[in-house]
Amino acid sequence: MTDAAGLRRRTQEFLAAHPPAETPRADFLSARFDAGLAWVHFPEGLGGLGAPRSLQAVVDAELEAAGAPDNDPRRIGIGLGMAAPTLLGFGTEEQKKRFLKPLWTGEEVWCQLFSEPGAGSDLAALGTRAVRDGDHWVVNGQKVWTSSAHLARWAILIARTDPDLPKHRGITYFLCDMTDPGVEVRPLRQITGEAEFNEVFLTDVRIPDAHRLGEVGDGWRVAQTTLMNERVSIGGMRLPREGGMIGPVARTWRERPDLRTHDLHQRLLTLWVEAEVARLTGERLRQQLAAGQPGPEGSGMKLSFARLNQEISGLEVELLGEEGLLYDDWTMRRPELVDFTGREAGYRYLRSKGNSIEGGTSEVLLNIVAERVLGLPPEPRTDKDVAWKDLAR
Amino acid sequence: MSTTTTARSGPLGAEPDLLYTEEEEALRSAVRGLLADRCAAADVLARTESDRPHDRELWKTLADGMGLAGLLVPESAGGQGATHREAAVVLEELGRAVAPVPYLSSAVVATETLLACEGEEAAGLLAQLASGRAVGVLAVPLATAPGAAPRTVRHEDGALTGELTGVADAAAADVLLVPAGDGALYAVDAADAVITPQVSLDLTRPVATVTFEGARARRLTPDAAGAVRRGLRAGAGLLASEQLGLADWCLTETVRHLKERKQFNRPVGGFQALKHRLAQLWLETVHLRAAARNAADALASSTLSAPPEQGGTPVGDGADVAVAVAQAYAAPVAVRAAEEALQLHGGIGMTWEHPVHLYLKRAKADSLAYGTAGRHREALAELVALPAP
Repeated sequence: MTDAAGLRRRTQEFLAAHPPAETPRADFLSARFDAGLAWVHFPEGLGGLGAPRSLQAVVDAELEAAGAPDNDPRRIGIGLGMAAPTLLGFGTEEQKKRFLKPLWTGEEVWCQLFSEPGAGSDLAALGTRAVRDGDHWVVNGQKVWTSSAHLARWAILIARTDPDLPKHRGITYFLCDMTDPGVEVRPLRQITGEAEFNEVFLTDVRIPDAHRLGEVGDGWRVAQTTLMNERVSIGGMRLPREGGMIGPVARTWRERPDLRTHDLHQRLLTLWVEAEVARLTGERLRQQLAAGQPGPEGSGMKLSFARLNQEISGLEVELLGEEGLLYDDWTMRRPELVDFTGREAGYRYLRSKGNSIEGGTSEVLLNIVAERVLGLPPEPRTDKDVAWKDLAR
Repeated sequence: MSTTTTARSGPLGAEPDLLYTEEEEALRSAVRGLLADRCAAADVLARTESDRPHDRELWKTLADGMGLAGLLVPESAGGQGATHREAAVVLEELGRAVAPVPYLSSAVVATETLLACEGEEAAGLLAQLASGRAVGVLAVPLATAPGAAPRTVRHEDGALTGELTGVADAAAADVLLVPAGDGALYAVDAADAVITPQVSLDLTRPVATVTFEGARARRLTPDAAGAVRRGLRAGAGLLASEQLGLADWCLTETVRHLKERKQFNRPVGGFQALKHRLAQLWLETVHLRAAARNAADALASSTLSAPPEQGGTPVGDGADVAVAVAQAYAAPVAVRAAEEALQLHGGIGMTWEHPVHLYLKRAKADSLAYGTAGRHREALAELVALPAP
């Protein structure tokens, strides 16, 4: 059943029982989850079949060929990419039963309440407090750079539960109801003009202890699962040749001979090669994962992705010449999707500046590669054995 | 195991197999073990100043003992019937050791050139090269890019006259494959040519002048251009694997050194400025591995789709792009790896006794071999339709 042929047959049987053309989208997605065809590597009863992750492609190909609706994964990326693996790894049976299905079908959108104005690269220094009150926790603080907060029903949240312990040890991981009256979401306008992100203010938000994920004080370890999955999902999209940021530049080059110069040609070819090699590196990484040989290479993909996006979009603005002086629209908007490659060259140039900051700055990622992959000595730590409340801030 | 999966079908079409199979890893271990025993840096260095810069004994073991010279040659023609994927693994290890053996010249470039020829003469030579009984060298300057028109010598009455310079590994050759002005490719015994070593930047793959003064020549094919192009394309594509091995050695040795070396009362590798440089180099090496595997896999698939009896290289197939991408990317990475290794070793890196200079010299020479990165970018401009102004 969990080999490729078995899965193909199971998918075909499912499609016969639930013809996409005649089944309402929500019913179809719900039934697909119940049939274990949502994410086949998840356990049975939780949308999966305990099959190898690589076999999801077999299911997806069958469903796509039949014109089946999908769960609009770009809209619910934080839920799928970050909340779900963390719930699977650390959730109670009740939590998994309650949250995973509406997360996957898109009925409930998730966001991530991690970063704070005073805790960016040093996320473990976060100051949002959660204080126990009977079988509830009362949460106060401010989070920032929260995509989808204005659409989200639930959030993954890390908060400080013991300020007397060193910073990594006094953190607990929660599932936060975004409809709680103490949650206030304010748009945070970015250099692109739009507000893709939000600030989230938490004032006496009450979270039942049943919505704690993992042990009290174990939140940093739980959060590592979320963060590793975030970096993989940012750098790990599968693309055809010219599928990323290089695509629009190559198209403009082909369509607009009037814009070509020798300098731009040399730079374009160099970046085209780098983009193609980065694509192949991503493909190799996926093949390693599919073959069950996960390597450390994943930690580096986001670094190349960020640098290339920035350099390519910078080149694109120059290539456009006089049109490069224009911008499509500065209107303050709140888009539903995070879109790195959409709109026009000027937007791409500005938006990609965030690629080396979001999900771990490039500087921090270089430290991680140097220490965890190459085994070089760690940065000197003055905060390791100091109670969080005594740290400089 | 993914040995035979050279093309995966998916929504994005066939994808290359970019991993190493178990057999390829076993091959790597065998070659690495041999080189650890027989090709230590100090020996390589000492040999560069002897009158025999090539290591004939090591070559005999690799070619004859382990059968690695015939990887690209079908079993029916006296070879091992393997592919460019396996040859690439051998080259990674040879690059890691800057081994002074004519593997790329003979077992890849000359062999691939002969695979594009027909007739008994070529078949006989191919079997000799595959078995390691003879070293073959394509008599064109090492800096010639695939598709470039190489300098040629004059053919008259079955004999060649003229001079070629910058021919890699010519001093180790038993037989030379020589493109002539009449458009044909000839075989000349090395004993019938005058081969004069040139003082070379790369001490472990030295170049030489080859002079023909009415040398007896056997015709291999009337289409030298096609055969030479195919040989140089395979050379360029698999050179990326040598450059990968070289870069990997530079990174590994530098990381090891910086963990041990202490200044200011701490390991030098703990300084963030240096950690970031090494992390960056690691990242580029990871990328180079994907590019090199892609080129090797594309060459392997390309050969399967165009056996020699059907006329050699299909023009403009996927392997052309894969090779050009690999060569446009590999040389700057390998050179930077060697330059960073030298700088981060500090004073010791500048000394003759430390082996890092052997790697720098090989990396810089490799950046010219079979066309510079810039030449390969120009080729890509044509291949992927991004034309110059």
